[in-house]
Amino acid sequence: MAKRIDVKDLDIYYGSFRAVEGVTMSIEPRSITALIGPSGCGKSTFLRSLNRMHEVIPGARVSGSVILDGQDLYGAGVDPVSVRRHVGMVFQRPNPFPTMSIYENVVAGMRLNGRGTRKAAMDEVVEGALQGANLWNEVKDRLDRPGSSLSGGQQQRLCIARAIAVKPDVLLMDEPCSALDPISTLAIEDLMDQLKKDYTIVIVTHNMQQAARVSDRTGFFNIAGTGQPGKLIEMDETSTMFSTPSNQATEDYISGRFG
Amino acid sequence: MTTTTTPTDLTAAEASLSQGRLPRWSTPATVAAVVVLGALAILVLDAPVPLVVGLGVLALLVALPALAWVVEGRRRANDRMWTVLVTIAFALALLPLLSLMITVTQNGLARFDWEFLTTDMRGVLGEGGGALHAIVGTLIITGLATVISVPVGIMTAVYLVEYGRGRLARAITLLVDVMTGIPSIVAGLFAFALFSIFFGPSVRFGIGGAVALSVLMIPVVVRSVEEMLKLVPNELREASYALGVSQWRTIVRVVLPTAAAGIATGVTLAIARVIGETAPLLIITGSTNILNTDPVDGRMSSLPIFTYYSYTIPGVPPEFGVERAWAAALTLFLIVMLLNLVARVLSRIFGSPTSR
Amino acid sequence: MTTPATTQVGGPLDQGPPAEPRIGSRNRTGDKIFSGTATAAGITILVTLAGIAAFLLYEGFPALVAAPEDVPGGEGFWPYVQPLLFGTVLAAVIALIIAAPLSIGIALFISHYAPRKIAAPLGYLVDLLAAVPSVVYGLWGIFFLAPQLVPVFQWLENTLGFLPFFEGPTSATGRTMLTAGIVLAVMILPIMSGVNREVFLQTPRLQEEAALALGATRSEMIRMTVLPFARSGMVSGAMLGLGRALGETLAVALVLSPAAVISFNLIGSTNSSTIAANIALNFPESSGLAVNTLIATGLVLFTLTFVVNFIARAVVARRKDFSGANA
Ligand SMILES: Nc1ncnc2c1ncn2[C@@H]1O[C@H](COP(=O)(O)OP(=O)(O)OP(=O)(O)O)[C@@H](O)[C@H]1O
Ligand SMILES: [Mg+2]
Repeated sequence: MAKRIDVKDLDIYYGSFRAVEGVTMSIEPRSITALIGPSGCGKSTFLRSLNRMHEVIPGARVSGSVILDGQDLYGAGVDPVSVRRHVGMVFQRPNPFPTMSIYENVVAGMRLNGRGTRKAAMDEVVEGALQGANLWNEVKDRLDRPGSSLSGGQQQRLCIARAIAVKPDVLLMDEPCSALDPISTLAIEDLMDQLKKDYTIVIVTHNMQQAARVSDRTGFFNIAGTGQPGKLIEMDETSTMFSTPSNQATEDYISGRFG
Repeated sequence: MTTTTTPTDLTAAEASLSQGRLPRWSTPATVAAVVVLGALAILVLDAPVPLVVGLGVLALLVALPALAWVVEGRRRANDRMWTVLVTIAFALALLPLLSLMITVTQNGLARFDWEFLTTDMRGVLGEGGGALHAIVGTLIITGLATVISVPVGIMTAVYLVEYGRGRLARAITLLVDVMTGIPSIVAGLFAFALFSIFFGPSVRFGIGGAVALSVLMIPVVVRSVEEMLKLVPNELREASYALGVSQWRTIVRVVLPTAAAGIATGVTLAIARVIGETAPLLIITGSTNILNTDPVDGRMSSLPIFTYYSYTIPGVPPEFGVERAWAAALTLFLIVMLLNLVARVLSRIFGSPTSR
Repeated sequence: MTTPATTQVGGPLDQGPPAEPRIGSRNRTGDKIFSGTATAAGITILVTLAGIAAFLLYEGFPALVAAPEDVPGGEGFWPYVQPLLFGTVLAAVIALIIAAPLSIGIALFISHYAPRKIAAPLGYLVDLLAAVPSVVYGLWGIFFLAPQLVPVFQWLENTLGFLPFFEGPTSATGRTMLTAGIVLAVMILPIMSGVNREVFLQTPRLQEEAALALGATRSEMIRMTVLPFARSGMVSGAMLGLGRALGETLAVALVLSPAAVISFNLIGSTNSSTIAANIALNFPESSGLAVNTLIATGLVLFTLTFVVNFIARAVVARRKDFSGANA
């Protein structure tokens, strides 16, 4: 578990439109990396290129390399399906499968791999994942209820449980708290702090305080203007980024938000 | 913190990102091999076409997933099988379309000539003759049906979109949908039952056919116009009301013109849908050999009916009748395809959203 | 369409707001007339449907109460209609069994497999199948499909002959119940695949991405999200297809060589006819009570399709923002 990611010269396209240009960064294992930047600068696009979800959109492609512990995700012969098996994802809006129960939602990923046919083993994994997502106590008595019967915050934690149930190496989160109230947000931030013992976590957020609170390293993306590609402007230890950024644009953005 | 409960360990294959993968050309190559073998079987061994197609499909269904299973594993094999199944389903749907086009063209061209388009069947027993009376009849009957259906259809759609609230509107919406499913022969029986009350049991005339076709056409018009009206943005209506324009003038001056292109497309498709209807006309307009342009007086032929009787009662010798049947089928086919094309062009030109 | 006489309101939109609210009786009357006309048009639909039932009942009633020996066949109305009803349902069910899986495949191909750019034109091609007149289908069935199917039927008889469906002896012309069912299946493919395509495309993108992000292959994603989401839509699509197949007339009338029997043999030369085909074949030559009998069978068919369509639409209506009528 918990592998490091090295991104090198990554360009990301939607058809002929280059949305992100020339990103090179290293993401450390067992840490939380936050990505910040103004709307439309390509944070989500970049994040989705880390588990090859980007190419799900018709006409979308990338050039460059993303190395996960020595293996290039975009190398020849690499199967995007197994990439996603190793790099899990949590979306901005909670999206449990509405036709499945809470229990089935958690084991959905395992079922795909044809394992977990043994009920006892599955029960164990479900409990582990739900406890890992800080949801176990709230739902342990109603595991057979539909996943959509939970509150928004609970649904999001269910989605996290679903993602960690398959024991990925990396967990990507795209604004996981933007649809949640402050209490649920805090619950998820606590959760991230626990999860980083076992996982490499990359999170996109618009909330500066959140980035400052939870992350170890922060990357700042910016865009020169509409139609221009987004770029990684600066990346450093979170404490450095928020106190003494070396780039003027970073400082403007951070202080603007703080101010 | 108990995230580390019994990690179900990854198998060696899963741990690596790059398991065995088939080269990209493997699928086209397999398909090509099967197609070539099938073509050989048909051409050289004279095997029956459906059998070869069936066996070919089966071969692909087995070969592609099996190949994937060996190289890429079970889940990939399963995925391949779905891809093959889905693609074959689509190809199977195109097969009858293609075969219909070829059969109709091949057989229809023999008699698709000037004489066919300009003469009727007066006094024709064997060779020669034409479908002028049927073509004219089809145009008259369909034209009348359009004249009846379009106003009723548009006004019903206006009611449903602009005025309709509550139970009446809901009932009408549901029944319009149900009406789209009325069998065409029932529409014919309805027209017959209706007119025979006034004109006796031997009633046969063109207007009856138009009424029967209207029963089939109105719901289609309502549905498409309704959809177009719903696409007219509410801001337009509100802008007009804000100027003190009454609701009906808003509808006539703003809403309907905005939706005009979409409505035209919908009406064209509705015409295409009923112009080939045979069953209702068989019952209420009957058939005749001569040109009759008066829809309220006596039997009137039409292309579908002409096709039907040219085949079922071909005369002596039968070849000529059957040739005429195919020529009429081709004429009808061309008209329908032309109408569909017109509808597409209309919606393309005016950019109406029917062309999803 | 009527363009209103432009009396005082020249171009209402470019005039700017009138000085005072126009509550003139003119517009009131205009509104009333117009909305009245629209409502009347809507009510026409109800009246027409009621009229169909009423007139069919009125003209079919004599056959229902006639002495059995006066009804064609000499045994009364219900014995007359039974084999027809059987044939109608059998042909439609065969068509449905063939078309249901195919239509799902076609719809999936267009919604999730074909490249985006060509998906719409491909869908349009499938829709063209619905535009082909049924009499053309009939000719195609007789001259092209039936002869092609004879060896297949022969094979079915030889290998699966122990099943009542393939008992044989195989019809030499290929004009059998199974052929009719196949033609009907082709005819109902467009509406069924159209409805399926529409519901498949409505699957929330977020659900699909959730499945993919868990490491699902495309087919696994479809089974996890698309198919469960579309279940009720697929059911109503199948019902709509069934309704069409029950009522289809000419293709069956041309393809089948009918007899008044109840037989499960799908490949023999003795086949039950269907209600619609029976009417088409016999109506032009009938008179007197025979006409009433045929109309009464029409009433049976109308009731059957009405119920099937009603169920289909009621299922659809439960899904919000969904219309399956434009397929
Ligand atoms: N599916 C798509 N097709 C084409 N262009 C897209 C698509 N999705 C995003 N883009 C474009 O790519 C650029 C980056 O978008 P992205 O969603 O990555 O921004 P973001 O940084 O996540 O913004 P936000 O903070 O608002 O979520 C934008 O210019 C956007 O318009
Ligand atoms: Mg984003």
